Amino acid sequence: MNARYLPYVMILPVTLFLCVFFIYPFVLVAQQAFSVDGSWSLANFQEVVGYWKFPISMKNTLLLALAVVPVQVILALTMATMVTKMKTGRDIVLYIWTIPLGISDLAAGIIWLAIFEQSGFLNSMMHGLGMVDRPVNFLTYQNPGIVFLAIALAEIWRATAIMLVILVAGMGLIPKEYYEAAEVFGASPWKRFLRITLPMLRPSLQTALILRVILAFEIFAVVQALGGTLFPVLMGSVYEYQFDLLNSGAAAAIALIILVISIGFTLLILRALRVPKGATI
Amino acid sequence: MAEILIKNVAKRFGTYQALQDINLTISDQEFMVLLGASGCGKSTLLRIIAGLETATEGEVWIGGRRIDHLAPKDRGISMVFQNYAVFPHLTVFENIGFGLRMQKLPQADVERRVARTAELMQIGELLKRYSGELSGGQRQRVAVARALAMEPDVILMDEPLSNLDALLRLEMRAELKGVLAESSTTAIYVTHDQVEAMSLADRISVMHEGRIAQAATPVEVYRNPAERFIASFIGNPPMNFIDATPAGDGKWTVAGQVFDGPATEKGKLEFAIRPEDVRGAEQGLSLNVRVVEPLGAHLLVTGAVDGHLFRAVLDSDLVVNRGDVLTLAPLPDRVRWFDPDTTLAVN
Ligand SMILES: Nc1ncnc2c1ncn2[C@@H]1O[C@H](COP(=O)(O)OP(=O)(O)OP(=O)(O)O)[C@@H](O)[C@H]1O
Ligand SMILES: [Mg+2]
Repeated sequence: MNARYLPYVMILPVTLFLCVFFIYPFVLVAQQAFSVDGSWSLANFQEVVGYWKFPISMKNTLLLALAVVPVQVILALTMATMVTKMKTGRDIVLYIWTIPLGISDLAAGIIWLAIFEQSGFLNSMMHGLGMVDRPVNFLTYQNPGIVFLAIALAEIWRATAIMLVILVAGMGLIPKEYYEAAEVFGASPWKRFLRITLPMLRPSLQTALILRVILAFEIFAVVQALGGTLFPVLMGSVYEYQFDLLNSGAAAAIALIILVISIGFTLLILRALRVPKGATI
Repeated sequence: MAEILIKNVAKRFGTYQALQDINLTISDQEFMVLLGASGCGKSTLLRIIAGLETATEGEVWIGGRRIDHLAPKDRGISMVFQNYAVFPHLTVFENIGFGLRMQKLPQADVERRVARTAELMQIGELLKRYSGELSGGQRQRVAVARALAMEPDVILMDEPLSNLDALLRLEMRAELKGVLAESSTTAIYVTHDQVEAMSLADRISVMHEGRIAQAATPVEVYRNPAERFIASFIGNPPMNFIDATPAGDGKWTVAGQVFDGPATEKGKLEFAIRPEDVRGAEQGLSLNVRVVEPLGAHLLVTGAVDGHLFRAVLDSDLVVNRGDVLTLAPLPDRVRWFDPDTTLAVN
């Protein structure tokens, strides 16, 4: 086989797979979003954007991402630093910390529901300690803050580990000698983190952040379990349009809006964390 | 004042004894070279002084202060790493200025000191580049410049010129020696290049299998090696050795010839002479010539004396052919003796 064509032949299966299972459905969705009764139209977009729930869903989704992702970055960085510094038991700690990864997001939502609901663990505990006379229902429309907090907590608990594993792998790739040099030249542990770890971790941070931000805009099951209709999010609207209102055109339109937002943030992250030209990491 | 005192330092990695009982005093502003074969523990000793490795036993003092419990940055040292450790995400400028920035020096001072050391190491035009865009030798010079820019009391250099071509190396060597002589820096310089060691050092510490075999001036190490190992390691070509048997009264028989030697009860010694310390004569050691190599200034003749490998550096005017038998007389005051049991020099 000609060596020039070999690489292309070798990526052919993957390309075909992507075309059949990704590009083709994507084209279908786009077609659906941009057409009404078989003709080209923006009506679907006008409808979903004009709906009273849309701004609230948008705001909720953005707020949640804004609250959750930075906390996750900081947590994941801290945990990754700790794991990397460990000499023994490092694998066990990492396994334990990544357990939530193995749980589906709906299950995660239900676990946290079991904590926060009226007959849940939190209530039993507070009742047992005499902090409340009778069980309180936290997850109601009177306590939007608590609903938000519960959802954020569940998300942080559930999805920090994915960043953690990426960052641990990235930190493991930074050669020890750079830390030694920084130490000799007077950098404190904090300065070493800022001046060596963070810049050299940029490629991993990019990957982790993009993955997390995209997933944050797709949040659905956890919200459904904990907030139900109290806390509408974009992905929830997709579900409602598709299955409750049987309006797949509108569902497709929102899905595309989510996609555009995700792409926008991905580009932002890529730009913010880009490695200067010439620098090799 | 930065006198370095190393007391009974030992280092074990697991069960492997990398360093044993190192005792060394390096005076203020001295240029000390650690010379030894690969794996003999040079880097380990340097890293213990720097604080990147903890000694299993022993103490390290700098300037009258015990420092082996201090962090590297509190020891008043800077270091050139064997693998450079030039930060890939920073420009050459930021690399050289890294330590100065950590000391929160004003921008103007940083710029001045970076520019000066970069000039010195001939990398002034590279300041805007990243380390990935440099050659190995350029990277190494950045590492040296970064250490020099700190203007430290003590500078530790781990084979800082190993990657430069011969000419640049010669130039940098002289430059480095000049700079360090001007400043009041105490320097420890690791190399396995003996020419470099000879030319730079105030004193050389020859290391062998985790210990210091001899610490003395270059001339002393060359003229009076304390151990057979040093005699066979230093000098190019190294010393010649021939078995000697006692002839009574402090006289020893070497390849049929009788020489004055040490008066000991030993039944056996080794006679040693440098290749350049023999002269053609009427009477002396007979060398069966096997290889003749004209080196320009000299003639290197290799052969056997009494079955022992023997090299002689002779005047290039001499006409010597393969198969000749030369009679060579050792210069009497250059003959050295080693005890084959202890491998130590005997006087
Ligand atoms: N972290 C370590 N763990 C185990 N053994 C080590 C470690 N560091 C060094 N050694 C061993 O200690 C010995 C001395 O190593 P060192 O790096 O000091 O040698 P060196 O004299 O600098 O050699 P070179 O000239 O090749 O750089 C070597 O045998 C090496 O294998
Ligand atoms: Mg070394």
